[in-house]
Amino acid sequence: MGLFDRHAGLLEAYRDVRTTGADPFQIRMERVLSPTEAIINGRKTLLVGTNNYFGLTFDPSCMEAAIEAIRAEGTGTTGSRIANGSYSEHVLLEEEIAAFYGKKHCMVFTTGYQANLGVISTLVGQGDHLLIDADSHASIYDACKMTQAEVVRFKHNDPSSLESRLRRLGDKPGNRLVILEGIYSMLGDSAPLKEFVEVCKKYGAYVLVDEAHSLGALGETGRGLCESTGVLDDCHFIVGTFSKTLGAIGGYCVSNDPDFDILRVTVRSYMFTASLPPSIVASVRQALRVVKARPELRKQLWDNVATLYDGLAAQGFKLGPEHGPVVGVHLPDRMLAIGFWRAMLDAGIYVNVAVPPATPNGVSLLRCSVCAAHTPQQLEHMIEVMTGIGRQLGVISGAPKLRVVAGSR
Amino acid sequence: MPDPGTGEQLLRTAHQLIVENDDIANTLELPRLASRLDVIREICRHLAPYQAGERPIVGATVIAKDLTIDSLAIMDMVMELEDSFDVSIPMNVVAEIHTVDQLADTILDLRAKR
Ligand SMILES: Cc1ncc(COP(=O)(O)O)c(C=O)c1O
Repeated sequence: MGLFDRHAGLLEAYRDVRTTGADPFQIRMERVLSPTEAIINGRKTLLVGTNNYFGLTFDPSCMEAAIEAIRAEGTGTTGSRIANGSYSEHVLLEEEIAAFYGKKHCMVFTTGYQANLGVISTLVGQGDHLLIDADSHASIYDACKMTQAEVVRFKHNDPSSLESRLRRLGDKPGNRLVILEGIYSMLGDSAPLKEFVEVCKKYGAYVLVDEAHSLGALGETGRGLCESTGVLDDCHFIVGTFSKTLGAIGGYCVSNDPDFDILRVTVRSYMFTASLPPSIVASVRQALRVVKARPELRKQLWDNVATLYDGLAAQGFKLGPEHGPVVGVHLPDRMLAIGFWRAMLDAGIYVNVAVPPATPNGVSLLRCSVCAAHTPQQLEHMIEVMTGIGRQLGVISGAPKLRVVAGSR
Repeated sequence: MPDPGTGEQLLRTAHQLIVENDDIANTLELPRLASRLDVIREICRHLAPYQAGERPIVGATVIAKDLTIDSLAIMDMVMELEDSFDVSIPMNVVAEIHTVDQLADTILDLRAKR
């Protein structure tokens, strides 16, 4: 038996995908022109699948900060903060994020994936109970594999499903830690966080919220769902990423727990990997300033979300349940999703294709992520193209509906 | 499948299996006691859509191998069963379960321990 035999099924499925032409998992951006455009297959392509919610990857002030930092401190740290020490900018960044949330402590990681993986798997151990939403991100599922705690899933966005699982634990010893996400990455829906927090309080459970897709997008000052639902003080741990709204790479976790810093010498994904390079730390610090200083970016983002979501809904596409910076378009099956995706690319529009097992409930999706920098014209054009392809492929009927049927914010 | 030695056959008559046929709610009205047969029946009801060809689903059916169900759908089924029988089955325990019989026994064990 060969090493790759166990992947036979996947190899076959992957071959199916590739024989249809372009490989959605090996797209090459020959040149990235801006937050919303790149050259793909030799032609200018509209980007609607990059998680670049505020379009900050090309923000001049962030770019300058990064360039400056490289000149001053070089290209990399060449080691972990435990082994090689911290640069003062690492510490300043942590202080700034903690202050942003009004929390006492912050730890910065090299990716958001590593933040979830390390923090979640370390916070709970033998005899503890970890309760996760069924639609949790892969980094959360992977953390579950690394902990000795008992892990139970509850139904997606269903506080009563969480409650019955907490109730069943009865007076069993051990801490309870509940993991939620601000905005879910596939369908763009938000957790009913206030209700979840109430359940957690009732049963004495700790709450960790991953605001990967909601940082900047939600809340009066962009702190995410914890802020928009008014439960910032009730969330014991907030995790997030620099790789989306902040336009770089990296992750963080903030908390008020007085012993939080012990994680620096227990979380392996923090201890045994190189720390963020100076350029990234500098651009992230600047991006955080931009998020605070330019709330109009949030408004632009949501205006664009409304344009795309309502426009697609009006044409009869089946979408995720609510407005969100991620707009998931349901398609009947995997092959149709891939065919649709490729037709979009041929028409000069790049979105993500998401198929089982990476999606909840076995759904196949075109996953679009909206950017504050998209122009209304770009999005109108996209709706037009999608409508055309959707009709050709029989995904939507020819006669457009006249009324917006879903979506509000 | 019912165990003649324990009188589970008799207990079963005290149960009501309410299956609403509107595709939205399938509620197993569950009193304090659930017989092994009830549990197996409920598992089979969840697995029926994944039956491979004509092969019947039995106690020895290996869920991930003999049926067309994927790992995520197995976890979702477990979540439904948890609520039907008011038990929680930790993910590491699910990982050790292979057959319909083992799943039923796990549920019954957890119910007995409540
Ligand atoms: C919900 C969620 N959490 C965490 C991550 C990981 O973030 P990062 O790209 O920083 O590793 C992602 C992004 O893929 C995500 O969608």
